[in-house]
Amino acid sequence: MIKDLYAIYSIWLREMLRFFRLKSRLFGSIASPFFFLAFLGMGFGNGASLPGIPPGIGYVSFLTPGIIGMTLLFSATFAGLSVLWDREFGFLKEIMVSPVSRIAIVLGRTAGGLTTGILQAIIIMLSGILLGMKVPSLQGFLLSLVFMVLIATTFIGLGLAFASKMEDMSGFSLIMNFLIFPLFFLSGALFPLDRFPSVVKVLAYLNPLTYGVDGLRYSLIGASAFSPAVDFVILGASCIALLSLGAYLFDTTEVN
Amino acid sequence: MNDITDEVKPTEVIKDAAISMRGLTKKFGEMIAVNQIDLDIKKGELFGLLGANGAGKSTIIKMLTTMITPTSGEARVWGYNVEKERKEVRSSIGVVFQDPAVDGMLTGRENLDFHGRMYGMDASSRKARIAEVLDLVDLTEKADVRMQDYSGGMKRRLEIARGLMHYPHVLFLDEPTIGLDAQTRRYIWQYIRNMNKDLGITIILTTHYMEEADFLCDRVAIMDNGKIVALDTPENLKDLIGSETITLETVEGKDALMQILPSFPWIKSINASNGTIELQVDHAQSRIPEIMLEANRNSAVITSVSLHKPTLEDVFLKYTGRKIRDLPGSGSSMANMMFRRRG
Repeated sequence: MIKDLYAIYSIWLREMLRFFRLKSRLFGSIASPFFFLAFLGMGFGNGASLPGIPPGIGYVSFLTPGIIGMTLLFSATFAGLSVLWDREFGFLKEIMVSPVSRIAIVLGRTAGGLTTGILQAIIIMLSGILLGMKVPSLQGFLLSLVFMVLIATTFIGLGLAFASKMEDMSGFSLIMNFLIFPLFFLSGALFPLDRFPSVVKVLAYLNPLTYGVDGLRYSLIGASAFSPAVDFVILGASCIALLSLGAYLFDTTEVN
Repeated sequence: MNDITDEVKPTEVIKDAAISMRGLTKKFGEMIAVNQIDLDIKKGELFGLLGANGAGKSTIIKMLTTMITPTSGEARVWGYNVEKERKEVRSSIGVVFQDPAVDGMLTGRENLDFHGRMYGMDASSRKARIAEVLDLVDLTEKADVRMQDYSGGMKRRLEIARGLMHYPHVLFLDEPTIGLDAQTRRYIWQYIRNMNKDLGITIILTTHYMEEADFLCDRVAIMDNGKIVALDTPENLKDLIGSETITLETVEGKDALMQILPSFPWIKSINASNGTIELQVDHAQSRIPEIMLEANRNSAVITSVSLHKPTLEDVFLKYTGRKIRDLPGSGSSMANMMFRRRG
């Protein structure tokens, strides 16, 4: 047990070293959510209130929690999928023949993905504040951290599940285009879900990120479509389900 | 026990062997990669699995290192079952993979440190051991360079050091010198030999280089199509081929020479064609002067003499019916090279 904790810490440490050494990845992963936030925010202006957005809440305030959700979606899925890089570069074998349990490997990676994801999310949050979002209360901020952890863990599990079933990187762009982007657009991150026709709305309700973004909105700007308890329960359930699935598939994967 | 098919096979695994396999089989779909292997490797042995690519060597290694599960049969490593006691097996072994398995973003020292952590070593024993193994492979000076800047040979040396990091009982080396230049190969051979002789570590290596198996191994198993076709010391295997061959090229006096040569009792057989004569002889080096003297006495003019000693290549040819070089996919294939550049 102690050994496993130590292994989790070691895997986390490796993820940190890699993350801070890969400067291009650090900037690359933060750039696209930042541009979404800055240009959409400036384009629509913080003063204007769009239809569907509660009165008194500017677009930048509405958008920032959504873009935080986007940041977490992308960075967490990548963290899960990074098993593929290790597979490609052979390092997965080094990890898999060590006496460390598979669950510790999964938890170490999750811890690494969580740290980097939340770090990026906080940078986006600060950018949002610079662009005009009101500074959240301490309770609001702490509550938002809870939702961030749940969102990140959910999608690390999803990435891990895919990475365990994929032989190489060839399916990567498929996942990007047919999974990550739809999850993003169908989460209500950019505009209220009311704008969708009802068929599409059903899809949005099936998307765990929808509840994550909604929970973040409640925490940071005090406005949400669902009750935060509903957000928490549904997101928490999908978090447990997807991380378990990812861990199970990773456990049964063979390394060649 | 030159030919294992003549041997009476023991039916149960031997628990105090370093490695023991009984009926070990791996199928990938319809393809049988490893077929009913029975093999025991003694503690302290430097054992070689020799064969072409696709013969099943790496598949055996993958089963023994718990990376894939056998389809049937049983294998024990250091007394532990590779399917039921994976964690114990993993703690007992070190593995150097065929393709590089390092994190290029980390330095050599950090890769070793990560490894030590994964095997539960504490900070002070890691520090001391890292210094030791780095010294063993002469990489102390490069320890703080990121591994993406290492050459192929340096990467391999660091991986060997890493394999030793946690004091394994058994070290697996899968094609340890593939893709390396001749000089680096010699160095690596030296390291491997030292580890076995000085540190007493049991080593199992796979290779498709005959001279590597010959130079390093206490015993060699020749594999073909998932089976072991020959198993013995390199010397005994070569003795199976028999005598050495002296080839003489003559311009004149060949007939006179052919009259005289059969009178030497130590010549086992003579084969003449055109201007060349082939003699099967034991201890051929010491017989050449006698032959030359006799040729001179009979005014025969010999323009060249060559000596061929049996090699493992000849043994391989005898047992598989083909040369290892002729096989498709043998050597470092293009795909292999491309993988090697990254990481």
